[in-house]
Amino acid sequence: MNLLRNALRALPAYLWSGWGAIASLLLLLAAWEWLSVAYGDLILPDPRTTASTLAGLMTEGGAWLELATTARRALAGLGAALLLGSVFGIAAGVSMTASMMSRPIMTVLIGTPPIAWLVLAMLWFGTGDGTPVFTVFIACLPVVFVGAMQGARTLDGQLRDMASAYRVPLSMRVTDIYLPHVVSYLFPAWITALGISWKVVVMAELLASSDGVGAALAVSRSHLDTASTLAWISAVVGLLLAVEYLLLEPIKREIERWRMPA
Amino acid sequence: MADARMSARPAARPEPNPASPGPAASAGPRLEVRGLEHAFALRPVLEDIALDVAAGEVLALVGPSGCGKTTLLHLCAGLLQVRSGRLDNDFARPACMFQQPRLLPWKPALDNIALGLKAAGIGRAEREARARALGLRLGLVEDDLGKFPHQLSGGMQSRVALARALVLEPDLLLLDEPFSALDIGLKTELYGLLLEHMRERTMGVLMITHDLMEAVRLSDTILVMTPSPGRIARRFAIDRPAMQRDDAFVHRVTASLLQDPVVRKCFDLAPVATPVAGDGFAPTLPAVRLIGAETPAIAPAAGRHLRC
Repeated sequence: MNLLRNALRALPAYLWSGWGAIASLLLLLAAWEWLSVAYGDLILPDPRTTASTLAGLMTEGGAWLELATTARRALAGLGAALLLGSVFGIAAGVSMTASMMSRPIMTVLIGTPPIAWLVLAMLWFGTGDGTPVFTVFIACLPVVFVGAMQGARTLDGQLRDMASAYRVPLSMRVTDIYLPHVVSYLFPAWITALGISWKVVVMAELLASSDGVGAALAVSRSHLDTASTLAWISAVVGLLLAVEYLLLEPIKREIERWRMPA
Repeated sequence: MADARMSARPAARPEPNPASPGPAASAGPRLEVRGLEHAFALRPVLEDIALDVAAGEVLALVGPSGCGKTTLLHLCAGLLQVRSGRLDNDFARPACMFQQPRLLPWKPALDNIALGLKAAGIGRAEREARARALGLRLGLVEDDLGKFPHQLSGGMQSRVALARALVLEPDLLLLDEPFSALDIGLKTELYGLLLEHMRERTMGVLMITHDLMEAVRLSDTILVMTPSPGRIARRFAIDRPAMQRDDAFVHRVTASLLQDPVVRKCFDLAPVATPVAGDGFAPTLPAVRLIGAETPAIAPAAGRHLRC
């Protein structure tokens, strides 16, 4: 609760610091506009057309439903990956043997392209929610797992000694010493996993589902409707940007305040 | 060289030295170590250590780097398991200071000071009040208390670590060269704060240092250790109270201790030009006594490279 209050208090200053980010995004929009002028509307509709198409999709009502479906799948897979990846990653980090054993397995998982998992998932789960959820889960799991394992592996033995010299009980050792350290590794991994989940879910839906943003993208591609394709892409990317910079980044700043330079 | 040392050692293990180095057995808690040995992976680091710390007494362990001082302190602090020998500690509230401040980087100074109090289950308001009061007395300002460790200078971090130990009102303080990284002015100031604190409450102190002068300034008893494996080669008592020792006294005593061939050998110093006859230590000051000189297992008057 305290954390949330502090994050909210820091929000205005944080938003003010976002001018630089907004400026660079506007530069990107300018480049987009320039390219669309150069290549024409069929190849690349300009940002205003895209925005009005997106607004049309929103007001017609279908867009929110598709976005919600996609978000539900992404979050389900991501949630499972965060939970299992964190728990097993920490467990593996505590034991030397387990971390040595799991490392190559995680390398294999990271190295396997999500599209390969998607094909397998389509064979296993069909066209329901199962396919995108599983693909997201398996794509995010190794990232979270490795982050958690690193966090647990790098626990400072000196601080542990200090804690036992000061007779710190186990519960307090977990909350005051182990957890803050592990979270400083876990949280960035979680944010990375969120980005992966959002990308992978759209890909999975494109190939395997009949609803969701990915399916809508497949439809607009088949209609050669570049404007609505770009509208969907902007919606997905915009949502991710909003979640990352309005929600996660302030929390991250608050959690890692102790690292900031004086 | 090691062979020379081994062959010079008596075949049977000598009895732990019975001479009690501290003051005569007094009431109150004490730390008593007899015949303590320790080895890491078959490599002996400590051999036949005997020492006593009574309440209100400062005992300094002096020795070169790597002579097992820190291992000994960790054994006393209970961070390592005693494998061989006896270690009785009936102090109820020991506190420890390490070579590095070892503060929690994600907690502000105030919470770091209050760590031990929190571990003891003391409520937030009380522990913060106590931590604040002591922190301010040790030269931190209100502003520092809210800062994270990396925002504080090395001296300030050491103050926080000292406050974290003292706020527990320990009856035994274990110091592992806590201020060795600080400049001499800061060091003197922090030891002054420590002595002031000791005057107000009876507290036993076991301190480790490689700085003989620091030991002479602060301690009632000085044990000089030899390296690999660590043994106690010399025991000195200084009778003048620490508060009454001025710089001149500290320099004179340190200089006289450094004349002792055994001490010189421990630190791998070349022998003095005109060695003193007999046992080697000729007290030039009435305040310093040699107590229960342990027979160091070394061949006398061998070359300077002989490790004692």
